[in-house]
This record gives sequence, C-alpha cells and structure tokens, in this order.
Amino acid sequence: MSERLKLDRRRFFQLTGGGIAIFVGLGPSACFSQESRGGYPEDLNAYLLIGKDGRVTVFSGKIEMGQGVLTSQAQMVAEELGVSLDAIDMVLGDTDRCPYDRGTFGSLTTRQFGPALRAAAAEARLVLLGLAAAKLGVARDRLTVDNGVVTAPGSSRRVTYAELADGKRIARLVGEKAVLRAASDFRVMGKSPRRIDGADKVTGRAQYAADIRPAGMLYARILRPPAHGATLKSLDAAAAEKRPGVTVVRRDDLVAVLHADPEAAAAALDLLKPDWTTPPPGPDDETIFEHLVKAGGAPEEKASRGDLAAGRARAAHVTRTAYRKGYVAHAPIEPHAAVAEPKDGRITVWASTQTPFPTRDRIAQAVGLAAKDVRVIVPYVGGGFGGKSADLQAIEAARLAKISGKPVQVAWTRAEEFFFDRFDPAAVVEIESGTDAGGRIVFYDATVHAAGERGATPPYDIPNLRLRSTGRMSYGDGGSSVHPFAVGPWRAPGANMNAFAIESHIDAMAAAAGIDPLEFRLRNTTEPRLRAVLEAAAAAFGWKPGVGPSGQGRAVACSTDAGSYDALMAQVRVDRSDGTVHVERIVAAQDMGTVVNPDGAKMQMEGSITMALGYTFSEELRFRGGDILDRNFKTYRLPRFSRVPAIETVIVRNDALAPQGGGEPAICPTGAVIANAVFDATGARALRLPLTPERVKEALAAAAPLRAAG
Amino acid sequence: MANTVRFRLNGKPVTAPADGDRLLLWALRTDFGLTGAKYGCGIGECGACTVLVDGQATLGCQTPLSQLEGREVVTIEGLAPAGRLHPVQEAFVAHGALQCGYCTPGMILTACALLSRDAKPSREAIVKAMDGNLCRCGAHRRIVAAIEEASGTAAPPAARKGAGTP
Repeated sequence: MSERLKLDRRRFFQLTGGGIAIFVGLGPSACFSQESRGGYPEDLNAYLLIGKDGRVTVFSGKIEMGQGVLTSQAQMVAEELGVSLDAIDMVLGDTDRCPYDRGTFGSLTTRQFGPALRAAAAEARLVLLGLAAAKLGVARDRLTVDNGVVTAPGSSRRVTYAELADGKRIARLVGEKAVLRAASDFRVMGKSPRRIDGADKVTGRAQYAADIRPAGMLYARILRPPAHGATLKSLDAAAAEKRPGVTVVRRDDLVAVLHADPEAAAAALDLLKPDWTTPPPGPDDETIFEHLVKAGGAPEEKASRGDLAAGRARAAHVTRTAYRKGYVAHAPIEPHAAVAEPKDGRITVWASTQTPFPTRDRIAQAVGLAAKDVRVIVPYVGGGFGGKSADLQAIEAARLAKISGKPVQVAWTRAEEFFFDRFDPAAVVEIESGTDAGGRIVFYDATVHAAGERGATPPYDIPNLRLRSTGRMSYGDGGSSVHPFAVGPWRAPGANMNAFAIESHIDAMAAAAGIDPLEFRLRNTTEPRLRAVLEAAAAAFGWKPGVGPSGQGRAVACSTDAGSYDALMAQVRVDRSDGTVHVERIVAAQDMGTVVNPDGAKMQMEGSITMALGYTFSEELRFRGGDILDRNFKTYRLPRFSRVPAIETVIVRNDALAPQGGGEPAICPTGAVIANAVFDATGARALRLPLTPERVKEALAAAAPLRAAG
Repeated sequence: MANTVRFRLNGKPVTAPADGDRLLLWALRTDFGLTGAKYGCGIGECGACTVLVDGQATLGCQTPLSQLEGREVVTIEGLAPAGRLHPVQEAFVAHGALQCGYCTPGMILTACALLSRDAKPSREAIVKAMDGNLCRCGAHRRIVAAIEEASGTAAPPAARKGAGTP
C-alpha cells in the first residue's frame, strides 16, 4: 500500500467513522488520471464506502444534469455489490470527496467511468465475501449474497454487510481484473427503477447552484459589453455607489455591483454609465457561410481510402451539394450560476458546471489559491448539453467573494446566458459522391468547414473516400478562430451537422439511383449493428418501400455516435401554402450495447430527438459581428409542447457489447430524417438548417413537380 | 420600504415589503427562502417561475408583489405539505416526466391549475395549457402522459406497453 493511500485512509476513516472503503487505483486511466491530481495527496479518493449501518456511499466526480447518471451509477454499484438500490447514497461532483474526474460529457459516464465504478463495487464484494467466509467458516466461493445478506447455500448461517463492516477500517485499491457480472445475471442493471432524483425534483427540494444561500450572501450583477470585441473606455459609477447597500467592485476587467437583494443589485447595475469602444464589423448570420469557407484556409485531409479518381470513373450518377447550418445555443433552462463562500482561507463554490475538477483548478488559478484550498460542489444542474464547462460564472463568483470577503452569488440572466454561450458552430459541408449502375456508392469526397470531423465519415462500405476539414475546429480547446465568437461542444459536437449532410446526401443519391432509401442504405453497409437498427426501425415504423420522392412523407436516416448505432424514421406532412412542416411520428431504433437502465436510455433518446426539433425547425442564432441579437426565448425559439410529435423508441439488444453512449447518439440523425421526409413528401430538398417555413417554401418553388404517388 | 403586502403563502399568512416593482419570484426566493420557483428567462417566456395565485398558474417573474394583497399563493413546496405527493407529482415520478428537473416545479403547478379548471382535459387541452412552459431536456411527451394519468384519462405507465413512451 502506498504512502498516499495510508494518508488517505487515516483521514478518510476519521471522517467516516470506519467501514470498508474501495479507493481509486493508481494505474493509468483515461478519464480519471491520477496524474491530474498530482500534489494533493490529502484528497480523499474513494469510490465507495460500506458503513457499519450497511449503507453504501458512492463517490463519483460525475454530475447529474438530467441525464440520469445518479440512478444508473447507483444501479451499477448495487448490481456488482449485491445490495438493493435503496441501500445506496450517492455523492456526486464534490471535489473534496470524490475521485478526480475530467468532466461529464461525451456520453462517457456509463461507457468509460462505468467499468471502473463496477470494478470497485466488485472488489468490495470480494472483500466482504472474504470477511463472511472467515466469520461463517465457509469457503468464499460457496457464499452467495442478496440484498446485502451473505448466506451459505444449504446452511442457515448468514451475516449482513452491516455486521461485516462494523468496527472495521479496511481500505482496498480497486483491482484491475475484477470480474463483472454478466448481463444474463443482472438483477438491478437492465431494469428501470424510478429515478432516484425524482422525489427531490417534483417537490422543489432539489437544489441548483442559485438555490444555495449562505448567510450574508450578496447578489452580484456584472457589467457586460454590448457586443463581443467591445472594450470599456470609461465608467461613471457615481449614481450606483450612492445607492444604499450597494458595493461597486472594479478589478481589472471585472466590474460588478453587489447587494443583499437581487433586484436592488439589478437596479444598481442599470445606474452604471459605461462608455464602450465600437467593435470591428464582422460577418452576420447570412454572410457567415461565405466567411467560414474563406477563413478556414486550405482543407486538411482527415481520412482517405481507395482511389477517388477510379471511383469517379465507375460512377453512373454523381451528386454534388453543399449543406449549411447556423449557430445553435445550448439554452438550458437553468442559466449558469455559482455561489462562492470564503471561509478559513479556503473558498467553497457551488456551481452549475459539467466539470467540477477543472473548474476547481481554474478558480484556484484565478483567485491565487492552491487547488486544495478550493472546493467545488456541483448540486443538481439544470441542463448542460455540453454548454456548462466554461466556468466563467464560477470564476466571477470566486473573484468577487475573495474581493468582498463575503459569500457572493453570480446567477446569469438569460441575456448573459445567450451572450456568453459557446454555441454549436455554424458550418458548411460540401459533398460530392457517386453510385454505380448497381446502386453501390463508389466514391465519396467531403469537406467540412468549421464544425470538425465527429461523425463526418459515413457509416457505409465506401471503397474510395476522402474527408477533408477546414477551420481547425477543436471542441475541447476553445473552438476555432474562424468563428466570430466562442463556440464549443453542443450535444454530439459537430455530429448533428455531419449527420444532416451525410444522410441528406445519401437520400439524394438513393433518389438519383432510383432505389428505395432504406434499401439503398442496406445495400451499402455490411455493418451488422447498423443493419440491425435499420431493420428494427423499419419493422416498428411499418416501412413501405418506394423510390423518393414517394409522396408518402416518410423517410429514414441513420448514424453512429459514441459507440452506439441509431436509425430513425419520420412521418411528416408539409403545408405547401405556408411552408410549415408537421412531424406526425418519429420511430428510433438504437443499439447501445448492454443497457444499464432501459427506461433511462429511452428518456435520453426521446430527449435527444425532441431537442433536435429545435435545430431542425427554429433555432438559429441571429447576430451582427460580435453583437448577439437573440438574447431570450421570445425570438430564439425552443421546441414547445405543440411541436413535439409521437416518439417511439426501440432498443436493439446487444448484451455481448459493453454499455455504449446514450446521451447523444439519437440527436444526430434527427435533422436529416425530417429533411428527408420533407423531400419524400414534396420532392423539395432544403439544404440549410433550420428548415424555416421560408426555406421550405423556397425549396418547394425550386423543386420539380412531384410524380403521382405510386 | 414603507409598503407592506399581506397574503397567504402555502396556507400561512405572511407579510412582505412591497415597493412598487418588487416581483413575486424574488420575494419567494429571498424573503421566504422558497427556491422551488426558478428564474429561467425573466420575461414570461419559459414558465419556470410558475406558482399558483388563487389557483391560477401565474408567472412569478411577471407578478408585482403589490398585487398580491389578500390572495392565496401556493408554491411547489406547498403542494404536498403532509409529505405525501400530490397526484400530479406522483405521476411525474412514475412516468419519468423530468430529467434535469429545473422546469419541473413550473410544469407541475401549471398542470395543477389546468386540472383544477378542467378535471378531464383532452390531450389537445393539455398541450395547449403546457405550451408556455419550456423544457430543454425533451420530457414533453412524458409530461403529457403524466398529466393524463393524474387526471384519470390514461393508465399508469406500468399498464402500458413500452413504459413511458406514449
């Protein structure tokens, strides 16, 4: 046992009063690297603790933002440990108590952290069974455990986990080779218990960052520029400073007013008289596409196989199109919020963030403290979708708390939330491709401008392919300089646009080749998981074959993302008089490997598809240079109840495969399946998202008259 | 703060300073520590701040405190005072009609107001009543199903094929 683990153990058990704890191993690991913790050996880094009352506390650096990992992680531990779900208490996203974690994103919680957590629980089970074997005088491999009670078959002897843990101080590192339970033996995983957070959330007990109110807390409102790129020339704060109870803080780039009442703080902010420079002009939401293609520079090759020229020579039909999409906001209903409380030389920050540990490190740097003197606690997060990892609000709260010496809340207004969002980037995808006389894709040549390559390689058997990219888009690293303001990861970063372009294009190729769009896809893939979801969706939907545009108003689109495969089918009705599209039904089939919580997985599929209706129909940020014109929901329109169709979800079982991603995959092909259904209904293909009524009408006007439906 | 308003809050008489433009949402969250009503947009477009005033779904971010004299305000914290969930709350849990939960108090109170004026609403009436409440996680279909169950117009999720996917 290393020196550090001894340190950990002593302090850990002082705090917990003993029990059996499983600590994070010291081996290399992709998502919870010990190296990232370097220098803070006093951090407590247990995965789980079995207390003398038999209750199991699970510590996870992941956060709950609606995706259901509070429940699914508890299920994984309950399964491997052999206890009921009720016996588990979860501690999430607390940097003082949980093992290091890079953040909750990329559909990685179940896929990457899950195996480590399950291994820790399996290790704990072995420890407990070992203790039980000694106590009962029965060989360990003859014991079974159910609901935290160990029994020896054929004997009346039994002992509970609580009895085994009482008076013990046992610490173990998680074993690298813990044997996980097979899907066929699952008792807790593979089931759909009620969400653990459900009761908190329906009663108002669930606390979000802005609901934390330490005594003496001040509300901050911060002076914001009118546009990105504007800088403060001068400030007259005299009127605000005269208001009773108001403190005006001015430190470097940070200008804020503080008051014990939130409305008084807002009123004081209105009294500030700033003078701003005029930012340089830049592209707007119409000229952005030309700008991106020009500013992106020479394309870089990202993937290549076969011989494009040879493929082109065999093509009977060539299709060449450019697809476009504007900026899309994350728009969680909870705006960014943080509360920072300075005490005894440390700062505790409750923050709505997807990345508690990186946030802790950035706060420490911003306020000049060691990371060990900053504690970040993430309560419930009111939606993230990739948009809550920049942490500006947490840093602002910590700075203001340090300056004022008092607890400070920074809760962004909706306008600030829009202004500082790291948007899903606008993009252009150009594709040229061809099929041979037999309806097989013989070449595919695509260039993605400014959105990155996630999901940009079609999931088909294409012998000759080239994928290029411009703009050097990096979602983990501040975006790309070609964009006029910050962009960043938005639920399946870049993959929504790439799936829209690919699957619109595949649909157009099928129509050009005179082949039913489902048949065309099946003909061009031998990937069994893709074929299985396509066939499952077709069966659930009741797919009727027909070459597009068939007049039925139905369509298919598919994709692979985060290790999962999805096929979607949609039924739409298009009102030709005003260009509105009514989605009547969406069917989605998904193979996500082993499923931890089927109903939770379905919630994520439904949520993905519903969220996608926004980028498909109405969400597109309007801006002029650095001036963000949409700053609230009156003009930036999210999907509402009246726009949400019937959504049927089918999970294609694949227990042979470990759990794959569930939070993102189904969102990717939704735009494409609806655009394809509009084409099938009318013969009109809209090439730019969102499919506003105006754009649908334009496409209708440009389309050839529809053949009589066969 | 010379003006004071008196009203009933979750069944108890309360008073609060009510200068001209103080809003109900902030009074609830600060004076009374009731944080179930959420700020989402500040302009009445999202419904996250919805509470009941005399049984009507009311936007806390658009309601001056001065208008509440003598009225009855119920927040999510007051919906199930005895600790047992209200049928709408129970149905939301049963249907998984929530994800991040931030919009949930407003959704539940909007649904309660609907059911108090129309005990057996049609699906269309539910959609219409809920259209002012935004949910970004995409729980819409389950929310509608939960309201249908709470009103007795639909079966609980366990009785249906494919739980939670109406």
